[in-house]
Amino acid sequence: MTTPVIEARGLHCERDERVLFCRLQLQIYPGDIVQVEGPNGSGKTTLLRILTTVSREFQGELCWRGEDLHRQRLDYLNHLLYLGHLPSVKKALSPRENLQWFSGMGSGHKQLPIARALEEVGLLGFEDVPCYILSAGQLRRVALARLYLTPAQIWVLDEPFTAIDKQGVAALESLLQEHARGGGSVVLTTHQNLGLAGVKRLNLMDFQPPQGYYPYSPDSAGEEPETGP
Amino acid sequence: MNAPPAAIGAAFAAILRRDLTLAYRHRGEIANPLVFFLIVITMVPLGVSPDPQLLATLAPGIIWVVALLSTLLALDGLFRSDFEDGSLEQLLISPQPLYLMVLAKVLAHWLVTGLPLTLMAPLLGVMLSLPAAGYLPLCLSLLLGTASLSLIGAIGAALTVALRKGGLLLSLIIMPLYAPVLIFGAGAVRSAVDGFPFAPQIAILGALLALAAVLAPLASAAALRISIDG
Repeated sequence: MTTPVIEARGLHCERDERVLFCRLQLQIYPGDIVQVEGPNGSGKTTLLRILTTVSREFQGELCWRGEDLHRQRLDYLNHLLYLGHLPSVKKALSPRENLQWFSGMGSGHKQLPIARALEEVGLLGFEDVPCYILSAGQLRRVALARLYLTPAQIWVLDEPFTAIDKQGVAALESLLQEHARGGGSVVLTTHQNLGLAGVKRLNLMDFQPPQGYYPYSPDSAGEEPETGP
Repeated sequence: MNAPPAAIGAAFAAILRRDLTLAYRHRGEIANPLVFFLIVITMVPLGVSPDPQLLATLAPGIIWVVALLSTLLALDGLFRSDFEDGSLEQLLISPQPLYLMVLAKVLAHWLVTGLPLTLMAPLLGVMLSLPAAGYLPLCLSLLLGTASLSLIGAIGAALTVALRKGGLLLSLIIMPLYAPVLIFGAGAVRSAVDGFPFAPQIAILGALLALAAVLAPLASAAALRISIDG
């Protein structure tokens, strides 16, 4: 049996005296596409931020190829690409300059020239215009162009389909599938129904604390979230 | 597995180039501290007294205090825009040492604030009738001092970046740390004007800069991780 690339055991996270999820188990194997589900405010972004090592406010074990992820952090980050829910695109720079910055900071070689990646996401002719004239969907596409440039194996995508049109969604889905087929792994959050076969679903509502479970402050009972249906 | 040195250099250059390009595209914001510097120094003879002898006594201190306040003006924006558009998260999870990434950002910040301030200072010295002996120590002390100010200020900027109104807090955190730089910077110019050697103060400023260059990016990097985690 292969070891999972990322494994979370008994992950427990709290924000503002509210338990977002507890005893969360997650195994991501090469070739997996994992869709994290849950209503707004259920901690999807928080989970992704924990998986990308941006946030360390959690309890439990997180492993990268069977070893503690935070000890192997640099090796892990070399294999990671994270697209946050903010596009991380500077509006005063052109799409090409933005992507040059991203590829400059990452390690490893580029898969495609930047112009080709921008063509793939439908921004042909917009390579050298400042990003502030682009629409919200086009800004998101600039960020998505990184997926064509990165050699990273693990993709963590927070709402990648926001503001993307139908054609773009289809192109992105096929890109994710291709990445998974090549042995990569994808973790993403989205409220859309993915038209992909073999998507694993992780519903955060399955990891809610049991009723009446108040780990640290028993007197904050009134502020507890309702548990899911 | 460590990133190869070439990749680290490339990342350093990529950040430097991006921040300088951004500064160039937002020229108005960059000019802001410089214009502030110019205006305050121009107002001093009007407000205090046009008497050259009095101005010459005040000049070292005033130029240094205003230069310090000008760098403080630009400081809040050091990590703010990167925080707001999510690039700061990308910086934190890039497989490069965060120390060098912060150093690159601070260097870019100094190149567009501290360096122009230093270059403008002799001109403003003339307006305040600074004696001829004061120009060399003024430039040297500002050159070393503003670099330290940018490095130290980055710690405060990193600590307050996640706060919605961090400006006031930033000044309160940073001001005490700025005091030694101010004392030795203005002291160097005053010594030279009074006819004493100014090398000791410059040497201390150099030592402060060396210390800040080694320690401040470490502190800023740690502060950024805390701010982002919140």
